[in-house]
Amino acid sequence: MGSSETTTKDEQPDLAGLEAGLDALESGGGDERPNAGRVLLTKVLPPLVAVALVLLVWQLAYWADLQKDYLLPSPGDVWAEYEEMWREGTLFEFIWTSVSRGILGFMIAVAIGTPLGLLVARVKLVRAAIGPILTGLQSLPSIAWVPAAIIWFGLNNSAIYAVVLLGAVPSIANGIVAGVDQIPPLYLRAGRMLGARGLTSVRHVLLPAALPGYLAGLKQGWAFSWRSLMAAELIVQSPSLGTGLGQLMETYRTLQNMAGVLGTIILILIVGVAIDLLFFSPLERRVLRSRGLLSRVS
Amino acid sequence: MAIALDKPEREGTTDTAGYAVRFDHVSKSFGRAGKQQLVLDDISLDVAPGEFVTLLGASGCGKSTLLNLTAGLDAASAGTISVPGGRPALMFQEHALFPWLTAGKNVELALRLRGVPKAQRRPEAERLLSLVRLQGSYDKRVHELSGGMRQRVALARALAQASQLLLMDEPFAALDAITRDVLHEELTRIWTETGVSVLFVTHNVREAVRLAQRVILLSSRPGRIAHEWRVDIEQPRRIEDAAVSALSVEITERLREEIRRHGQQ
Repeated sequence: MGSSETTTKDEQPDLAGLEAGLDALESGGGDERPNAGRVLLTKVLPPLVAVALVLLVWQLAYWADLQKDYLLPSPGDVWAEYEEMWREGTLFEFIWTSVSRGILGFMIAVAIGTPLGLLVARVKLVRAAIGPILTGLQSLPSIAWVPAAIIWFGLNNSAIYAVVLLGAVPSIANGIVAGVDQIPPLYLRAGRMLGARGLTSVRHVLLPAALPGYLAGLKQGWAFSWRSLMAAELIVQSPSLGTGLGQLMETYRTLQNMAGVLGTIILILIVGVAIDLLFFSPLERRVLRSRGLLSRVS
Repeated sequence: MAIALDKPEREGTTDTAGYAVRFDHVSKSFGRAGKQQLVLDDISLDVAPGEFVTLLGASGCGKSTLLNLTAGLDAASAGTISVPGGRPALMFQEHALFPWLTAGKNVELALRLRGVPKAQRRPEAERLLSLVRLQGSYDKRVHELSGGMRQRVALARALAQASQLLLMDEPFAALDAITRDVLHEELTRIWTETGVSVLFVTHNVREAVRLAQRVILLSSRPGRIAHEWRVDIEQPRRIEDAAVSALSVEITERLREEIRRHGQQ
């Protein structure tokens, strides 16, 4: 039938124009992109001001001599610790040791948690059997696994990864379960009507439809991985393991170096926030926006 | 004119069968044995190839159930439904488009699931979108389209299934009156162009008369065929045409009678 302008015998000629008018009226103006200055003012500035205020209060507390210096060092003392690590070239080594463990652990957790979550979400019997256990595991502090992991694996990387996995897998699996549960049944029906069955349906309907919930689960899974990792590193100490942030903090504790301990806590915090800010948040925003679930102007 | 009618796995076509769908003493009840509720009672009905039939009824007449049975989303309790043209296409009241795909990709997915080779999908999807006059909206996301445009994409996606039977479950009920009116014209045009058979469910009497060649009135609880009208008004009609109004009044009277019976019980 070629062109859309083929008019059938009795068609009113103005229908196309009428429809174009309606479409134009109803589709609205589209998304507005806020300018860089506005983003700076509303998104970047507030957290920076908050951090500055915390530092200020800290400095004031230090000046007020609320505690002895070895209990409450100043921000400057912590900065000096960083400078020293920088000079010795160990700053990024410590960070990277932990981050690489965290990322590897997280990726293994994703590889295990995703199929597990799909199974729980789609197979009633599996859900009845292990659904509650997964939820329960999620509320168990991962540090509780550390003694068991050390007995099982000894003081080595396996123990650390075991703790990370036990912390992150339930959270990722629960994320995909929530994602699948939130799929409007209409999508699944529509998929079936189009002929999507079995794995085809999983690939073309189920997984993309569950993506927003899954991403939220991944984000939480990363937070759990990172937390569990720090818990494990604090306790699993051995010269052969290399020094991650957790081990570094424990070393500073034995040296009674409060500035070092505080500095490490801040590093742990910065890494956690940075990974979320640089990776998960943009990814999540992109997915939500492309589905119209997040408006640009708000 | 058609929408390619080349589904290989089809057993026979509507042309040889003489009907697009046949309901043969179809009943459906829900619930467990003992407290069963009869929803559809002994429905027998043929829709001819290329025919446009509307099913009309108040709440509880089981019209959506009937479409679900026809679509194979549920199984009848008794009787048979034959659809010689293979799996029918179904359009819902909600557009049911996938928000993670663009308008064009939604149509392409239907083609892909039908087994259309990759190289042909894009041009075919573009052709279908221009059939519903959305040639410029291929790369638009679903949320960027208006309600009427979404239903047109949904129609294009349904047509992409190349089914000889199109089931429509109150597809325009959620639209505003102006848009609905335009879509009535579009649907009539596309039906004429493609020769597809349509079984259209609605509770809107004027809509039923505006669109159909035949209007079937279902009674409620359980749904039975209460009456049938042939609509011999020439297309294209307008919803405000005198002849459409006159028949609508007659059908509405009959519909109210059916509804009143429930108050008296």
